[in-house]
Amino acid sequence: MSKFQFPESIKSRPVYGTLEPRGDVAYLLVADAEGAEAIYDLATAGAHVARNAHIIYLPNETGDKYTGMLQALNPAQLYIGPSYEAALSRIQRVLSNARMGLQVCLSGTEGLMGKALIEVSAAGIPHSAVQFEHSGSVARRMQCVHCKGITENVSTDPFVCSHCGLNLFVRDHYSRRLAAFQGVCIDAEDPGNVPDPVELYS
Amino acid sequence: MSIQFNKETFRDDYSFHNSERAIKRFPFPFHEDSYMYAVNMEQHQGGPKDSVYEMRFDVDEHYVAEMQDRAQVLADDPLRCQSLPHMTLAGWDLLELIMVSKSEDYPEFFELQRDGLYWRWINKPLGIDDSFTFLDESTLPYGPMEYICRQTQGDFCVLDQRDEMLWMDAGMVTTQADWSLDFDIGMNFFEWHAPVPLAHEMGIFKRALKFLLNIQQGTPARRLNWTMTVNPLLDTSPENYHKWGIQKTSLTPENIGGKQFLRVELQTFFRLPRSNALVFPIRCYLIAFEDIVSVPKWGRRLHRVIRDLPVELATYKGFIDNRPMMLDYLSEYDDGLPTSPGVWPELDTEPSLQAV
Ligand code: HEM
Repeated sequence: MSKFQFPESIKSRPVYGTLEPRGDVAYLLVADAEGAEAIYDLATAGAHVARNAHIIYLPNETGDKYTGMLQALNPAQLYIGPSYEAALSRIQRVLSNARMGLQVCLSGTEGLMGKALIEVSAAGIPHSAVQFEHSGSVARRMQCVHCKGITENVSTDPFVCSHCGLNLFVRDHYSRRLAAFQGVCIDAEDPGNVPDPVELYS
Repeated sequence: MSIQFNKETFRDDYSFHNSERAIKRFPFPFHEDSYMYAVNMEQHQGGPKDSVYEMRFDVDEHYVAEMQDRAQVLADDPLRCQSLPHMTLAGWDLLELIMVSKSEDYPEFFELQRDGLYWRWINKPLGIDDSFTFLDESTLPYGPMEYICRQTQGDFCVLDQRDEMLWMDAGMVTTQADWSLDFDIGMNFFEWHAPVPLAHEMGIFKRALKFLLNIQQGTPARRLNWTMTVNPLLDTSPENYHKWGIQKTSLTPENIGGKQFLRVELQTFFRLPRSNALVFPIRCYLIAFEDIVSVPKWGRRLHRVIRDLPVELATYKGFIDNRPMMLDYLSEYDDGLPTSPGVWPELDTEPSLQAV
């Protein structure tokens, strides 16, 4: 599996690593889509991980491509859900019961990792106990700085705000509180002059 | 000293104006003929009489109009004032700091009576006379930070200090140079400064943070920052950029003198006693180009600074497209004579403008 290398950027932009097994403790693994591969690699690197793991997995557009692979790991608990929103109360419930030492591993898209991190932080899990691995789409979760609406899965720059309809350019400035990058009107100084959208990182 | 408060607006017809006094005391930010980012911090323990540095919180002729503009911005967008739950005590600290400072520095305008926790606050320019219980939120119409910041010129960031780091966990931000409190709240010092060019590589933010972490109660500090704004618009927020951005294209060689403003921020830093938070007031002063060049030294110098400013800074500050027109205008006020060091106008000693 080839991993996307994000180019160096400004200091608010998160950077991600590679999931690594730690002690023989409980693991909460939250992943979407290709993030399943990171879980597979983790469980392969540490034989003790799967039997201690609660996996919350959202296949999204990958359908059942990876679900068999995760089942074969034989984790302590495996939940495969239709959407993040559907899984949210489960994630909160698991975190509310977290014991000291719980390791949290987030993998997949930036939007998924960012949203899950909000819950993990709210539950008071120390950030030293949280790991990240990006895999799959480089699409971003964007906040429109004008109307405050969030547009998920933005894969082009510029893009149209799904709430207010303004044409926004994609900044690297990132808010962990919102789990979103910032989108700013691109044609404010020259109304109507909107460049053709380009795929992010193309 | 008595101040006549201007009837003026910072939007629509832009009737904002500076008196002779306001021009002479303008915090001109350039102490030499060039500019680059630096850790430009000094103690904030007063300054020359009648200068903007004299008092802890300068009150000037724009006070009442600025507070009206702020109320309008907040009515349109309440997210300009936010405070994370653990920051309420810091809000009380800030309220106390401002009430004590203003009532001591401007007794003709502000009065604070304290009987234990029972306080009475009189703000004559705004017609406010409120009695409340210190540390009891239910006795004020707003949270303590919002209450006092609605009565004080300048934006306010209240920074929590933990893990050898500052966190922007509360603020009132309605006169900002194009950054969003709603987006930045909760960030740390390096994260909210992320968009600034060059300064990270120069090590400026590392050194600045070290300085700030060590600021003690009773020894506040200050620095200046600056940018450019077309029209005397206080609310140059990213939130409203899709509305005001177009105004940048309205400059012409004929109107630039009255329409292009130098925007200077007097930034101060105070340690707060109970919360150990740091408060960062950002006071915005605006001056039209035509008023700057009425001071010969400032006209000469502004031309040289803008001409030689690195492209990265002119771009970040948002005036790269208008720079050529600014230089055409300003060059008329630069006769090539040397300028004296320091920021003061030196009207009596600096030569008047020679034919260019
Ligand atoms: C703790 C107090 C401070 C706060 C809350 C603060 C906040 C900010 C914010 C929000 C920005 C705008 C960033 C953006 O583009 O989104 C900014 C810019 C900047 N800050 Fe700070 N800052 C603080 C202290 C300092 C200090 C001590 C320095 C000292 C060198 C400094 C240097 C700068 C510089 C150079 C810029 C770019 C300004 C420009 O070119 O117009 N800041 N600051």
